[in-house]
Amino acid sequence: MKTSASGTVHGQAGPVLAPIRIIGIGNGFRGDDAVGLVVARRLRGLIGPHVQVAEAEGPCLDLLDLIEGAEKVVLVDAASGPGPEGQIHRFDATAGQIGREVFPTSTHTIGLAEAIEIGRALGRLPAVTLVYGIEIGAAAIGSELSLAVSAAVEEVAARILGELSE
Amino acid sequence: MPGTADANQPNKERTIAVNLIARVEGEGALRVTVEGGQVKDVELRIFEPPRYFEAFLRGRDYREVPDIVARICGICPIAYQMSAVHAIEQIFGVRVEGSLRELRRLIYCGEWVESHALHIYLLQAPDFFGYESGIAMAKDHPELVSRGLQIKKAGNRIMSLLGGRSVHPVSVQVGGFSRVPSRDELNSLADELRRARDAAQDAVRWVSRFEFPDFTQDYQTVALRPADEYPFNEGPIASSGGLEIPAPSFEERFREQQVPYSNALHCTLDGRPYLAGALARVNLNVDRLSPLAKQALAETGLTLPLRNPFHGIVARAVEVLYALEEALRIINQYEPPPAPSVLVTVRAGTGMACTEAPRGILYHRYQVDAGGTIQEAKIVPPTSQNQRRIEEDLRAFLPRILDRSDQEAALECEKVIRCYDPCISCATHFLRLEVERR
Repeated sequence: MKTSASGTVHGQAGPVLAPIRIIGIGNGFRGDDAVGLVVARRLRGLIGPHVQVAEAEGPCLDLLDLIEGAEKVVLVDAASGPGPEGQIHRFDATAGQIGREVFPTSTHTIGLAEAIEIGRALGRLPAVTLVYGIEIGAAAIGSELSLAVSAAVEEVAARILGELSE
Repeated sequence: MPGTADANQPNKERTIAVNLIARVEGEGALRVTVEGGQVKDVELRIFEPPRYFEAFLRGRDYREVPDIVARICGICPIAYQMSAVHAIEQIFGVRVEGSLRELRRLIYCGEWVESHALHIYLLQAPDFFGYESGIAMAKDHPELVSRGLQIKKAGNRIMSLLGGRSVHPVSVQVGGFSRVPSRDELNSLADELRRARDAAQDAVRWVSRFEFPDFTQDYQTVALRPADEYPFNEGPIASSGGLEIPAPSFEERFREQQVPYSNALHCTLDGRPYLAGALARVNLNVDRLSPLAKQALAETGLTLPLRNPFHGIVARAVEVLYALEEALRIINQYEPPPAPSVLVTVRAGTGMACTEAPRGILYHRYQVDAGGTIQEAKIVPPTSQNQRRIEEDLRAFLPRILDRSDQEAALECEKVIRCYDPCISCATHFLRLEVERR
């Protein structure tokens, strides 16, 4: 798992994980594609140790390991839908399949929407699974976010904090 | 796109397009033109992120390279790191031996297990069962998909412990690692690896019973072939045609060519397309497999050399078993090295290396100045090397499916392409299929 998780203990028993987890997904060197990771980093400074904050840069299917044993999970990823850059989408994956128009799927590779559906088919989804998607444009090489996407980070972080206090 | 050609009227020109569009990059397609019932053109375009990374690497300190190249591919970060550190170590005259070398083999085992298990169980097996996706297969056969995920997780555990990206406390660097694991840390993986190894034996039996299309090709196969081990990090480049050259001489015999329909470069060996990856490795290194892997391969009843691209799934399953056995051997014999990294003295020069990524040989070349700054980087990924070969396979395969509708033909083409496990969406995760007639 190419992840880092705040508060995890890497070693003999593997990471020790909390029942509530926030997982930012993306590629740290592909511009706006990193927005999920940036939200995770932002939240790490705002949240107590009872909530696990992880950054997932590997294949989406690795999420099935990261959510194992969790009760509540909030996933944050870059999205590519019809909306403007920076637009925020929220999905309750517990209730059903998440928006394929925003997280497009295919039969070739395992994206976020597919990883969630495989988790559902195998009975491995946490009782509460929420997904935030932030619309991005073309992902450049590098680690900078565009202004429009960067502007959405604070709002998504605030909304996720709100989810956790419910 | 709606068109006017009719699949039942083979004399008209007909175009079958399979658009492979990564979510972010939006490039890549297969275009097949059929005229008078004959396949006229087969043009495959696959987006290649390394081209952009080559420019991004210039001006960076050599110590940043492993972290940067680890982001080129979401599936095979270790392969990119390994080719990079070996090339840079060649410049600095550094040899990484003993336990550090073993740890590099171990982390590579983790990547092969992870990458191959994903491809076998969730990307390619659905093709053999008539499922449109891994999700559909998971619904009907949760026990099979769970077994695949169990094997994959064992690979993940190795990579998680030894680190693949900078955010991790342990990571790959020029000269070795930032930190090395203790014996206890490695031993903690053993039980899970043994369970995965048992599951991997079942997996070889399972895939070898699939119904394979009767489709054999005359392949020129290429893989590293070290003297006394199955290849990961080192070894001369060998081919089924008798080639044997040191890996740094790659560019003397392998040529990249620009083709007009693609921004990606096509690679040939002495002017001919070639096959790299699991099938090529098994063909060229069968005598270097571990005892269980050798036995499992023999029990499949397949005759070597493998010449059917659909047998690639068997080769991958055999390699998963090999990698788990090899990982257990390394863990069992492990003695922590005196230092996590050997001393590196920076000097100017050019270095080249090839390692065996899950999809085939991955070549890197770097030029650094006396201060350790990258002046030039060149990366030749396995998918680009296999592109011409995939086109040749499609050219040979298409006549048997020309009577199908464009949509069905496109799906069959995809199955052929999928045999190669091409890395088509490195940054993110999406492809789209489109059928075009004109």
